[in-house]
Amino acid sequence: MNPNLPNSFRSGPDERGHFGIFGGRFVAETLMPLILDLEKAYADAKADPSFQAEMNGYLKDYVGRPSPLYFAERLTGHLGGAKIYFKREELNHTGSHKVNNVLGQIMVARRMGKKRIIAETGAGQHGVATATLCARFGLDCVVYMGAVDVERQQPNVIRMEMLGAKVIPVQSGSRTLKDAMNDALRDWVTNVHDTFYCIGTVAGPHPYPMMVRDFQSIIGIETRQQMREAEGRLPDSLVACIGGGSNAMGLFHPFLDDPSVEIFGVEAAGHGLTQLHAASIAGGRPGVLHGNRTYLLMDDDGQIQDAHSISAGLDYPGIGPEHSWLHETGRVTYLSATDDEALAAFQLLSRLEGIIPALEPAHAIAKVMELAPKRPKDHLMVINLSGRGDKDVPQVGDILKGKKK
Amino acid sequence: MTTRIDARFAELAKQGRSAFVTFLMAGDPDPKTSLDIIKALPKAGADIIEIGMPFTDPMADGPSIQAAGLRALKAGMTLKKTLEMVRGFRKDDNATPLVLMGYYNPIYIYGVDKFLVDAKAAGVDGLIIVDLPPEEDTELCLPAMKAGLNFIRLATPTTDDKRLPAVLANTSGFVYYVSITGITGSASADSNVVGEAVARIKRHTKLPVCVGFGIRTPEAARAIAENANGAVVGTALVDALRASLDAEGRATAKTVPAVADLVSSLAQGVRGARQAAE
Repeated sequence: MNPNLPNSFRSGPDERGHFGIFGGRFVAETLMPLILDLEKAYADAKADPSFQAEMNGYLKDYVGRPSPLYFAERLTGHLGGAKIYFKREELNHTGSHKVNNVLGQIMVARRMGKKRIIAETGAGQHGVATATLCARFGLDCVVYMGAVDVERQQPNVIRMEMLGAKVIPVQSGSRTLKDAMNDALRDWVTNVHDTFYCIGTVAGPHPYPMMVRDFQSIIGIETRQQMREAEGRLPDSLVACIGGGSNAMGLFHPFLDDPSVEIFGVEAAGHGLTQLHAASIAGGRPGVLHGNRTYLLMDDDGQIQDAHSISAGLDYPGIGPEHSWLHETGRVTYLSATDDEALAAFQLLSRLEGIIPALEPAHAIAKVMELAPKRPKDHLMVINLSGRGDKDVPQVGDILKGKKK
Repeated sequence: MTTRIDARFAELAKQGRSAFVTFLMAGDPDPKTSLDIIKALPKAGADIIEIGMPFTDPMADGPSIQAAGLRALKAGMTLKKTLEMVRGFRKDDNATPLVLMGYYNPIYIYGVDKFLVDAKAAGVDGLIIVDLPPEEDTELCLPAMKAGLNFIRLATPTTDDKRLPAVLANTSGFVYYVSITGITGSASADSNVVGEAVARIKRHTKLPVCVGFGIRTPEAARAIAENANGAVVGTALVDALRASLDAEGRATAKTVPAVADLVSSLAQGVRGARQAAE
């Protein structure tokens, strides 16, 4: 047993926002006072029963929770091993898990009296969720999205605009999620007096990784209960895809102290780990970007490298700091799936289960195709089906017709 | 311990004038031209030189300085080469203070202890690291001060009286007051408002206070210099440099003089502040 292992994997972060060496608050001084205010506002909200009650009301009637835990009978039969369940986050309002976090943050923003909300988005799912909640609560909404992603995720751009958000295509750097986050941070520094930055994943300066995790943990909390009802026990393994890692953290966190539960995160291996990819843990090392220390893809000079994934939502050269810590402690095993593997899984799931998944969870399905056959039939495996594939239909359609590669 | 920065401010205090502080990106548009520019700055009137360490993701910088960093990286600039540039400058000038400004990751990857030894040996006097607030002082600030480098902190309009003591606690050399909430190269600040902010900071510290962000003209530099111990100009110099490049972004015969001429006129603005104050 590693003597440095904690008594609990669920007690982080410490008061300075650290998970082991990861996390922290690496931001410009202009933002620091606001980040300290946010930390306090979130702590107050968490301790306020009326906040939780109000959020539960919206989660039930507006988001449509609880999301079902579904036994994927045909996929289970096809793979011939573990009994596979899907946590159906793609059935939430707005089509992904992102809304769980956005609802929570918007409610904190309202408590802080902020009227203008900014967000970064990759695939557009976080942008759509943010635009949706801003419409619902009458808040101004500006979404930064890499110009490359604007191009490949057109349906979500149109949705955000219909919801009244302003979508700003980001032309700097690699013109994907990393650059959208840079420009969102620049906007925030400029408009710090009235603006709330609604970060879409378990990354950024403390308290964001903790706060986003807490809002997403509803996924794992429901899964525990639903699995007990369905099978009378805990699942044996969990699988989720990881860009920044919010859907994964939401599913994993409530199970971290159950040693019988094996946990797998799946990063995007793009064209393969020796070529362009987005697998920060497999191909990166600890560095500091976007307010936290975490695993990053970078060169020998500490310059951040461009990530690549077929999935815009995973196309990010970093990962949430708590994942870096869970990797180093060995509690979670991080795997990766290539673009081609994800595409194959996308098609398999569409045809076997009648569920078109987003390209992001298709990466998780791709690894389930390897993991499930090696496990006994009484092994209970839960996959977080974090988003639906409507947004990806035009892009995948083009790829399958051979128009694009 | 006295650094070149402390000595320079003591000297300027005797002369009764404020400092003119220049910022340019190391390696922009290429390492050799960049060194030539830096070497020309003291003669043109720069009292303190800030050198940007290029980084791919400069989250507090506007488009001009972002582009400067990318030009430098494209030309092969690295942190190691930035330190070589400092050594090159120090061959001819052992008095002008040099401050490295940038983001933490390249230093973290270089290795904090090794970086501090190498930077000190190269002739660096101070560091300004945008993404290291006082909450992260154990990372670099405390080791840097121990190594004999000034750690210059940014104070901003959002740094209120309650927070100022924490910001000033481990600051040395000078305080860099960011006159606006925003990124580099954006709107300029009203010099009267800046004057009040500087006075507020001075109630908490004896350190000199320099003001930057949004200063582009000799007149603006002069107005700021009347209200502070120094005026910092960056984006305007980077823009002048960029305007001198050829269509492929390469240096031309005009590049060094373009920057030096603007530095001269801005320096005159700052020096004019002394007469205005008298």
